[in-house]
Amino acid sequence: MTICGKASIAGAYEHPLRVIPDRTVAQVHADVAVGALADAGLSMDDVDGYFCAGDAPGFGGFSMAEYLGLQLRHIDTTETGGSSYLCHVGHAAAAIAAGKCSVALVTLAGLPRSDPASMMAGARAMFAGAPEAGFEMNHGMTIHGGYALAARRHMYEFGTTSEQLAEIKVAASHHAQFNPDAFLPKAVSIEEVIESPLVSDPLHRLDCCVVTDGGGAVVVVSPEIARDLERRTVKVLGHGEAPKHTNNGRIDLTHTGAVWSGPRAFEEAGVTPGDIDYASIYDSFTITVLETIEDLGFCEKGKGGAFVADQGLRAPDGRLPFNTDGGGLCNNHPANRGGMTKIIEAVRQLRGEAHGEVQVPDCQLALAHGTGGSLANRMGSATLILGQEDA
Amino acid sequence: MSDLPTFAPPVTPETKPFWDATAEGRLVLPRCTSCQTVIWYPRTFCPECHTEGVEWIDATGEGTVYSYTVTHKGDGPWRDESPYVMAYVELDEGPRVLTNIVDCDPAKVSIGQRVSVRWAPTDEGPAVPRFAPAP
Repeated sequence: MTICGKASIAGAYEHPLRVIPDRTVAQVHADVAVGALADAGLSMDDVDGYFCAGDAPGFGGFSMAEYLGLQLRHIDTTETGGSSYLCHVGHAAAAIAAGKCSVALVTLAGLPRSDPASMMAGARAMFAGAPEAGFEMNHGMTIHGGYALAARRHMYEFGTTSEQLAEIKVAASHHAQFNPDAFLPKAVSIEEVIESPLVSDPLHRLDCCVVTDGGGAVVVVSPEIARDLERRTVKVLGHGEAPKHTNNGRIDLTHTGAVWSGPRAFEEAGVTPGDIDYASIYDSFTITVLETIEDLGFCEKGKGGAFVADQGLRAPDGRLPFNTDGGGLCNNHPANRGGMTKIIEAVRQLRGEAHGEVQVPDCQLALAHGTGGSLANRMGSATLILGQEDA
Repeated sequence: MSDLPTFAPPVTPETKPFWDATAEGRLVLPRCTSCQTVIWYPRTFCPECHTEGVEWIDATGEGTVYSYTVTHKGDGPWRDESPYVMAYVELDEGPRVLTNIVDCDPAKVSIGQRVSVRWAPTDEGPAVPRFAPAP
C-alpha cells in the first residue's frame, strides 16, 4: 500500500505574528487550528484525527484535544523535533488511507521569545534519564555549536566556503522582503552574513534562523471530503522519514537523515528530484540547507556549495526555488520548530498563492523537508512530496 | 588545565566501570564480548550485534580531531568561558567522542590534529575526559 494520492491538504494557516506576549501556548494552538479549519471550509466538529508534537502543552495530545473540544478516533503524538509535522502529514495520509480518520488536524505553537520558560519543560524531559546524557553534558554543546561541527567537517571534506553558506541566507532574505509578516524582511548581502559575529565558528549570527513566537496548522482530508470543498486542495503524493543517530560513535557529520527519507518519498510519489518545481528545505542554519539539498539528490554529495552559489535557490527563476516565504532564516521559526511553515509555504506555491514576486509559474510538484534534533548527534528527517490538485 | 564548567555526571550501575576508571585517570571503553566492537557511548548493550555483555578495555587516550568549533556564545555557565573549543575526537580505538580541546590557542586547532586525553576532576569523584594537542 502507498499513500500516493489518498489524502489531500485542504487547509493551511500560519499565525501572522512573530511576537505574541499576551497569549498562552494553548491559545496559539487554538488560533492556528481555527485558522486552518476556516481555510479548508471545515469546522472543529469535522475533525476526527489529531496530530501534535512536543510543543503541545500538557499530556501528549490529550490536553490539547480536551482544550479544543475534539472528539477523536485517531491521535498521533510523534515527536521528532522540528520535523514532527512532516511526519504527521505522512502519518495522517496513511491513517486516512487505512480508514482510521478522515479529517486530520495538525497543530504547532510556541512562545520562545515571549515566554522562554514555556520551552524548558520539553528540553529538560529530553535530557533527563537519557542514556547518553552523562557523556554529552560537560562540553558546552549549543544548538549552533552542534551545527557548526557539521559545517566545519563539510568544509574540510568538500571545500565548502562561508560565502557559499551565506548565499543561502541571502536567497532566503531576497524572498523575505516580499513577505509583510517576515521577522527579518530586509535583503542582506553575502558580506553582511560573513561579517556578522561568529556564534560558533564557522557559523555566523546570520547563518542562524530567527527565534519567533507563533505557530501553524494544516488539515489533511480524504479524497471524498476534498472533492466537496470549494478551496483548492493539495495532494499528498509521497512521504519518507528517517531517524539518524551517532551510529555507535561512528557519526558522519556530512549528511543528514534525508539520504534515507528523500528516496522513500520520491519512490512513493513516483517522481525524481528533477521533477520538483519548488522546495521548502528546513533551514535552522545555512548548513542544514546545504547538506539537505545534497542528501535529497538535487546535486551530488559535496557539490552543494557550487549548487547554491549562482543564485540557484532564488525564486522564481533559480534551478531550485526554495523557502519563498523567507524560511526559518528570515521569516518564521515558531517554537524553534520550522517544519510546519515548510509545509504551509509549499501549499501556497501549489495553490498559486505565494507572493507574486516569488510564485513559481505553473508550480505542479513541491517538496517539503524537515530536520529535527541536531546534525551533531541525533535527528529526525522527514520528506513530503506534494502535488497540485489537478496533478 | 583549563577550568571549563564541569559537573558530576550521573553514574548508574551500567556506566560505573567507566566513571570509576576516570577517577583514577584511566580511559576505559566497553568492548562487546560477542562481536568485539568497541562501543560508544559507554553501555552494556552492543548496538552492532544487539547482545548484552561487555568487557572494559584500557584505551590509549589518544586520537585525532574529527571536527571542531570555536563557540563564541555559550549557554548558561559556558557563556563566561567563551570562546571555547568543542570537538569530536576520533579515538584510536574507533569511536568519535564529543569533547573539548583545551590547553591550547583555539585558533591552532585543526581537523586531523593529534590529541591526547586530559582529565577534568569533579568533587564527586568521576573526571571528565577532555583533550589537548599531543606533545
